[in-house]
Amino acid sequence: MTTVLKTEASPPRPGTDLAGRLQRFSWNFTDTFVVARRNLIRYVRLPQLLVFSTIQPIMFVLLFAYVFGGAITVPGNIDYINYLIPGIMIQTVLFGASQTTVGLAEDLSQGMIDRFRSLPMARSAVLAGRTLADSIRNVFVVLLMVGVGYLIGFSFQNGLPAAIAAILIVVAFGHAFSWISAFLGLITKDPEAAQVAGFVWIFPLVFASSAFVPVETMPDWLQAFAEVQPISRTINAARYLTLGDAAPGASMTDVWLTLVWMAGIMAVFVPLSIWQYRRST
Amino acid sequence: MTEAIIVEEVHKRFGDVHALAGVSLSIPEQTVFALLGPNGAGKTTLVNVLTTLLFPDAGHASVLGLDVVNDRQHLRNVIGLAGQYAAVDQYLTGRENLIMVGELYHLGRATARKRADELLVRFSLVDAADRPAKTYSGGMRHRLDLAASLVGNPKVLFLDEPTTGLDPRTRLDMWNLIRELVREGTTLMLTTQYLEEADELADQIAVIDEGRIIAEGTADALKSQIGKDVLELRIEDNGRLSDAAAVLRSVSSEELQTEPETGRLFLPVTNGASTVIDVVRRLDSAAIDLAELSLRRPSLDDVFLSLTGRRAQEHANGQTGHPADQPQPAARSETA
Ligand SMILES: Nc1ncnc2c1ncn2[C@@H]1O[C@H](COP(=O)(O)OP(=O)(O)OP(=O)(O)O)[C@@H](O)[C@H]1O
Ligand SMILES: [Mg+2]
Repeated sequence: MTTVLKTEASPPRPGTDLAGRLQRFSWNFTDTFVVARRNLIRYVRLPQLLVFSTIQPIMFVLLFAYVFGGAITVPGNIDYINYLIPGIMIQTVLFGASQTTVGLAEDLSQGMIDRFRSLPMARSAVLAGRTLADSIRNVFVVLLMVGVGYLIGFSFQNGLPAAIAAILIVVAFGHAFSWISAFLGLITKDPEAAQVAGFVWIFPLVFASSAFVPVETMPDWLQAFAEVQPISRTINAARYLTLGDAAPGASMTDVWLTLVWMAGIMAVFVPLSIWQYRRST
Repeated sequence: MTEAIIVEEVHKRFGDVHALAGVSLSIPEQTVFALLGPNGAGKTTLVNVLTTLLFPDAGHASVLGLDVVNDRQHLRNVIGLAGQYAAVDQYLTGRENLIMVGELYHLGRATARKRADELLVRFSLVDAADRPAKTYSGGMRHRLDLAASLVGNPKVLFLDEPTTGLDPRTRLDMWNLIRELVREGTTLMLTTQYLEEADELADQIAVIDEGRIIAEGTADALKSQIGKDVLELRIEDNGRLSDAAAVLRSVSSEELQTEPETGRLFLPVTNGASTVIDVVRRLDSAAIDLAELSLRRPSLDDVFLSLTGRRAQEHANGQTGHPADQPQPAARSETA
């Protein structure tokens, strides 16, 4: 065998001056994109992943719109489908967040994380690349849900800018939640366990919320929980942006509170996950 | 000669398990060092400390003068690691895997591409370069993993059990690749469960057990310390066993063992090759026909028996480590 390694490929070592520090700072972003691209390739090579993660929410749309919808009355003068779709959008991104847990647990158990940690890459990039990729996928899935909704009678009632804001707030909230999921993936470590761990805590949060039914119909204790938890907040925010003042029980306050929740979740779980990433083996 | 790796009294605990219980080593530049030990001995833990994946609880370690804790960011620029399980992304192609690693070394996309092309040629992966790594055989995946560890032109390379789980032929290919790297001046630390492998590849060997180095030296020094090769013979005619035994006794004063039922004789030898020639000549002139003849290296088991008085296997049974032939997680996850 002949030796053909000619390329001088010594990794750069920026100094501690300003230029060096800027260079290092910029790696936080470039490394994140490299990792995000790696994670997105999975969706291209394995279209089943995307198909299954979209079929499930579509089934939920149909189930609630046609099976349960007739039995659910929502306050005000709005169609149930218009009430439902903002809830479905949130459900979709949150169920999608459980993939973050599974993906990271797989990377850990297969040694990918060890490889990454032995490289001179930015410490934040493995997690940020994962949550970024999952958020990009979420944009796609949310748009698909909106499309399906339009086919069966849904429509945005509050103008285009508010519609875009609704989609953005849903995806941004999903991104904040995927940092919680990332943390869970890092502490679960085992992909099979992560399947469950990624999901069990999201399930009650989604169903004990205003996603599918008005919280007033729930028993008092559950209602108390459903009113304060962040998912109801975000659903109400998305609903307000979608339907305007016609949205039952929702107002601009929900939008502000959602932004506060998102900032709070990120402020806790971004550092916590990165800390766990550094120490986990 | 300058030292590439210095380890001083390093300790690492996981709960009750003292995975490293005061390990000290020094490894000169441009040499090959093998860390030999059974499951659960602490091999991976030491590699992880040296590659900045784990902080030591106590003690110091440095690679090329860079401390594994304080200078870890710089250190990652000059080392390469191929972990115990081939850590390649299943869904990326071989080429994409190597380019990704190059980009994460911040070589820039163009250089990362060129580097990937070269490594694919070097590791005979050109034909498979644009297939997802999922479709690779175990040997190909190991080669890709080794290639990935070389993307950053490391000055010091760490290979954790580079041939465990490979078939004998693929193992030989791996050995040749490793030898070639070493010829180009890379300092190499590898771990293995096979004495034979350490013997083939390494200048210096350390035997590790329960987090302690229990023997250290060149392969030859170690072997003469731990036990001799065994010459094993089977003669055609069992009736001539005592004649054969007499011939062997005239060659060596080592303690001879015989197995009359099978016509086998076992003789510990120090310089195997010349003893074999001598034995064959003398048996021939005594007109004793040979059915089989083999020279057996002491195994890790023999090493353990002589160093600790117990067998490596008994030791490993109490551990939660992975048996050598267990399917690798990477392979198992293909169904996921
Ligand atoms: N993260 C961890 N948490 C708890 N115990 C650990 C951890 N990593 C290693 N150990 C324990 O430390 C000991 C040394 O493990 P290590 O992986 O270093 O062994 P090894 O020599 O590499 O074994 P093998 O040949 O099986 O790979 C073992 O008893 C193992 O169970
Ligand atoms: Mg190991």
